[in-house]
Amino acid sequence: MLELIIFSTLNGLLYGLLLFLLASGLTLIFSMMGVLNFAHASFYMLGAYFGFQISLYVGYWPGLILAPLLVGGIGALVERYGLRTVHKHGHVAELLFTFGLAFMIEELVQMVWGKVPVDYRVPDLLNFSAFTLFSTTYPAFRMFMLITSVVVFLGLLLLLTKTRVGLIIRAALTHPNMVGMLGHNVPLVFMMVFGVGCGLAALAGVIAGPALVTQPAMAASLGPILFVVVVVGGLGSLQGAFIAALLIGLVQTFAVAINVSVADILAPLGITLTRDSMGGDLWMATVAQVAPIIPYLLLVLVLIFRPKGLMGYRET
Amino acid sequence: MNFAKMMNGLPLALALVFSAVSVHAQNVKIAYIDPLSGGGASVGEHGLKHLQFLVDAINAKGGVINGQKMEAVAYDNKGSPQESLVQVQKAIDAGVRFITQGNGSGAAIAISEFISKYNDRNPGKEVLYFNYSAVDPALTNEKCSYWHFRWDANSDIKMAALTDFMKSRKEIKKVYIIGQDYSFGQAVRVAAVAMLKQKRPDIQVVGDELHPLLKITDFAPYVAKIKASGADSVISGNWGNDISLLLKAAADSGLQANWYTYYAGGSGGPTAIKQTGLDHRVFQISEWHTNVPAPAMEAMTDAFLKKYGGEAAQGWWYMRMKNQMDMFVEALNKAKSSDPKKVAAVLSDMKFKNILGADTFMRPSDHSFFQDMYISSFGSGTKHDEEKTGWGWKTTTVIKGQDTVIPTSCKMNVPS
Repeated sequence: MLELIIFSTLNGLLYGLLLFLLASGLTLIFSMMGVLNFAHASFYMLGAYFGFQISLYVGYWPGLILAPLLVGGIGALVERYGLRTVHKHGHVAELLFTFGLAFMIEELVQMVWGKVPVDYRVPDLLNFSAFTLFSTTYPAFRMFMLITSVVVFLGLLLLLTKTRVGLIIRAALTHPNMVGMLGHNVPLVFMMVFGVGCGLAALAGVIAGPALVTQPAMAASLGPILFVVVVVGGLGSLQGAFIAALLIGLVQTFAVAINVSVADILAPLGITLTRDSMGGDLWMATVAQVAPIIPYLLLVLVLIFRPKGLMGYRET
Repeated sequence: MNFAKMMNGLPLALALVFSAVSVHAQNVKIAYIDPLSGGGASVGEHGLKHLQFLVDAINAKGGVINGQKMEAVAYDNKGSPQESLVQVQKAIDAGVRFITQGNGSGAAIAISEFISKYNDRNPGKEVLYFNYSAVDPALTNEKCSYWHFRWDANSDIKMAALTDFMKSRKEIKKVYIIGQDYSFGQAVRVAAVAMLKQKRPDIQVVGDELHPLLKITDFAPYVAKIKASGADSVISGNWGNDISLLLKAAADSGLQANWYTYYAGGSGGPTAIKQTGLDHRVFQISEWHTNVPAPAMEAMTDAFLKKYGGEAAQGWWYMRMKNQMDMFVEALNKAKSSDPKKVAAVLSDMKFKNILGADTFMRPSDHSFFQDMYISSFGSGTKHDEEKTGWGWKTTTVIKGQDTVIPTSCKMNVPS
């Protein structure tokens, strides 16, 4: 049992930290520009594919640096020449723009790399097990993923709270006009934040690509859950996104381990439910089976009871 | 170019278009409707290569009937039953009368029902459905159809054979069942629990798990659960990414259990098993594997590996598709027509000696195909290996075709 708890915690933390890498950029962009960037997960996918492509020529490690830089650059260009142009027509136009972009990127990826998953390998340097606990081994690459994510979180936190750049970004989050009046180039700040956000997503792609599966569906499968993280954490709050991401990561992982259904809970109360009762399979479905829906349940509950999210400043 | 010139060219262009159409009209088209994107894409693409290879071979030998060519057309159903129907309709609209699909019983049931209805409504324009691999027992029992033919042993047959094999293995104490959450996964789980209870009541089922179909990219949480349950054996009917990633996660966490599977040998599976280091501890039930001695088949698999193996050296896998296409060709030639209704009448009770030299037959009462089944283990010391791992499949048990026959509840509606 202890073994299950320890490894579920590790797996949950890892998944949560990955979500955070993605959500951190998304939440900053969302709160600063008011744009829900539907294409955010697509940049994560681009990161994985760029990393894969680079790894074919010069190995994994250069890709870890180059792919996020490249994707960050693409992100900045998208903001400068795409979003900023569309901005004139309001938020709906921006929303639709990112929506279309997500489909375009997916289609492009399929055309270039095909529909079948690519063979993105864990680098040989990390292809061993880091430690063995109760006869279960834990791959070194996963440790590396964990550590990288934590380092990035700390770096971001320091950047935002301790530097002048962070000060301006935080000011622009809530009072963009005032920041502009003070002589700062707010559009440039937007562009940089968008670029860095996309770069972080790409970094998540490079570290997740070899461990999970690098395939064209990876963006679409992760996208919706990011919005949950952002809303639950609270708009624009890095700490909120961090807590929400870990929460969702842990909840989803632990849910898989729980085999309790509604019927099991009601059984001690003398109520027996079977597949033939009214409602049928609903009563028999275990927590493990409904695990994928739990984050969305959380989303709905948060929107009803705490619209600003765990640590947000303003209403969604 | 001015307008008049353009009009001058028009008749020629039209003539070209029509001649192209009339040439194609003579081809016997078979539509391949399977996942070519998403989590099932790796197996879907691999299956398509099989079909393409077989069709090329058929055409190289002079085609079918009186020199007509065969043509394979691919449609991507994304692994979804709804999308399958869209693609079936597309294929029918393009003039295809023979459809093959195999990956996913959910899609298979949808297609079979769709084609039955279509054929009822369009007499004289019937369409046949060749199912090379979807094994939900319902397809040849309560949901059977005259227009559906299946070349793989159904899930109950496979589970009966696997549990017969497990019965004699005394070291099995605790079993974990993990499967995909849809009709097929549920059928496997029900059969496994019932048959184990009957054959080995002392075995404890310590886990009975269904996970979302082809959506999971990280099985680590599931493997942690299997580990915590203390299972010494795992039963799984998983296919596609769901088996290769499950095995990969098991390798990563060092899970030491014996595996009893349907499809561990599918693309990506052998590589993952090699990573687990479980030498001859992963078992599979299938209608064939590369180390079944049969010179003609070995020559063919070598040719396939050379042409389509690619970097990963993924070899031949769907013997069932070979049987299917061989029998299709024989039925076309015997019927001397590509009219699906006539072809179906020939196929319905066909007896066939396959490339392995074994006797096989189609059962007319439910259109199930019966053939020898092999239980094999994956490990070192075999003649042929898989995916450049150095490991290959070795036969543990052979079950003769006639011994796999189980009754059917099918009440087939034979058209007059």
